[in-house]
Amino acid sequence: MRPRYLTEPRAVRFILTGVALAFLVLFLFLPLVVVFVEALQKGVGGYLAAVRDPVALAAIRLTLLTAAIVVPLNAAFGVAAAWAIAKFDFKGKNLLTTLIDLPFSVSPVISGMVFVLLFGAHGLVGPTLMSRGIRVIFALPGIVLATIFVTFPLVARELIPLMQSQGNDEEEAALTLGSGGWQTFFRISLPKIKWGLLYGVVLCAARAMGEFGAVSVVSGHIRGVTNTIPLHVEILYNEYQFAASFAVASLLTLLALATLVIKGLVEWRSGRRVVLAAPGARLAPADQERGGE
Amino acid sequence: MAEGGTRRGSVLPGFGLSMGFTLTYLGLIVLIPLSTILLKTATLTWGQFWDTVTAPRTLAAYRLSFYASFMAALINAVFGLLVAWVLERYDFPGKRLVDGLVDLPFALPTAVAGIVLTTFYAGNGWIGQYLEPRGIKVAYTPLGIVVALTFIGLPFVVRTVQPVLRDLDIQVEGAAASLGASRLQTFLRVILPEILPATLTGFTLAFARALGEYGSVIFIAGNMPMRSEITPLLIMTKLEQFDYAGATAIALVFLLASFGLLLVINAMALRQRASQPAA
Repeated sequence: MRPRYLTEPRAVRFILTGVALAFLVLFLFLPLVVVFVEALQKGVGGYLAAVRDPVALAAIRLTLLTAAIVVPLNAAFGVAAAWAIAKFDFKGKNLLTTLIDLPFSVSPVISGMVFVLLFGAHGLVGPTLMSRGIRVIFALPGIVLATIFVTFPLVARELIPLMQSQGNDEEEAALTLGSGGWQTFFRISLPKIKWGLLYGVVLCAARAMGEFGAVSVVSGHIRGVTNTIPLHVEILYNEYQFAASFAVASLLTLLALATLVIKGLVEWRSGRRVVLAAPGARLAPADQERGGE
Repeated sequence: MAEGGTRRGSVLPGFGLSMGFTLTYLGLIVLIPLSTILLKTATLTWGQFWDTVTAPRTLAAYRLSFYASFMAALINAVFGLLVAWVLERYDFPGKRLVDGLVDLPFALPTAVAGIVLTTFYAGNGWIGQYLEPRGIKVAYTPLGIVVALTFIGLPFVVRTVQPVLRDLDIQVEGAAASLGASRLQTFLRVILPEILPATLTGFTLAFARALGEYGSVIFIAGNMPMRSEITPLLIMTKLEQFDYAGATAIALVFLLASFGLLLVINAMALRQRASQPAA
């Protein structure tokens, strides 16, 4: 506790805490409760029926498939980018990190739009591909591309500050003792970053499954074919099937809560605060500098 | 510190491979697709371009996007500062849980946020039923857009201010108190100048995020052209009408305006930081 002369009078503390909590309850906690109350409006039976509906299951399958393609690609990119940026000095490093962050500064709708411009029916290469029978827009490849774009920086952004704070002493020792490059990477570097990588992967998966705007542009909303879970939520909602819509939305909400729990666990295990990815400049640089195990 | 360790990096292998992969992937996924915005806009004549981006409907969408995002970021600056303060300085039951849940808007898919907030604030909704008889309509108005954007930007200021508050030197406050400053004076003259740059950073991040937001807004906005149609939605509408060139022109101006504005705010933050004596 702080000494009395360095804190506020009791009444002031009480009022400030009350106002802050009232704001959070109104904007965060009650909306969270709304999801589950509305989802169970028609009882457990109605909830299960909405989640087990064939169209819902198709959406879940498509979403999982998309995440299964997107996450390994972006994880590989994240590790490679972090290795190049954290371990070496080169000209244009700042420019490169800025470019990696670029997808966060672009509206999801614009992110989806660029792929329509490339692969759409009137796009740059779309007509050529379509004449060969390859559909990108309104099909899985378009959904995957748009999702890769919007989750592009997530893993890299977790790993770059982590690798920078750790230094290279162990790797240098291993190399001096005759270990090969890949061996050093798998036996030394990868274990050093495992918590950061795990968290980056979880975050990337959660965002990939929840992406709405960009996927909405490229998907075409074909029921049971190109509908992801968030798009299915939208369709149900617009058809006034509110209970079903919230039931499917509750799956995504549970996913979000699981992400927060894993974030807490990773922070506890690694002893450093991790950054939930967000657009714009690096969040909380003070935290990252304090890093280390 | 982060910088110290990287200087000796050249003995490590794999620079060519990791850099090559990074640049290839970046080029294919981000740079080439984004460059199509310029290519597509270039197919318009100057007159067509100008007419598209200065059409009354486009201007209304730009105005609404910037206005609502600014208001939401402002609300978040004030309340985010308060929440960060309460979480760092005071104790109350359930504090750790509250602290963890602050990140919820980053983790919750925007479509879910959209339907939840609409259900919450609609005329027959949880809160809306008490607000609407008093003449406050939230859902399907620009006010609803501000509410949705406040939700999705809520964690930014909290998370940028928290570490700065944590690192503040307690002795400086002690010195102020021993020299006779009241608690309010200490806050306004000693603490606030220290946390203002972080607040401004958080404000900028929330503002940037809000400008591009789509999913949470379209459910609550009502989406009426000229009144409650945000810029990303207008772009979406143009795409659905296969007016690719029009959509791209609007997107290009929107992107440039947002980047420009963010640069100005960042420059202001840097100036402010520079004008402060080093701690």
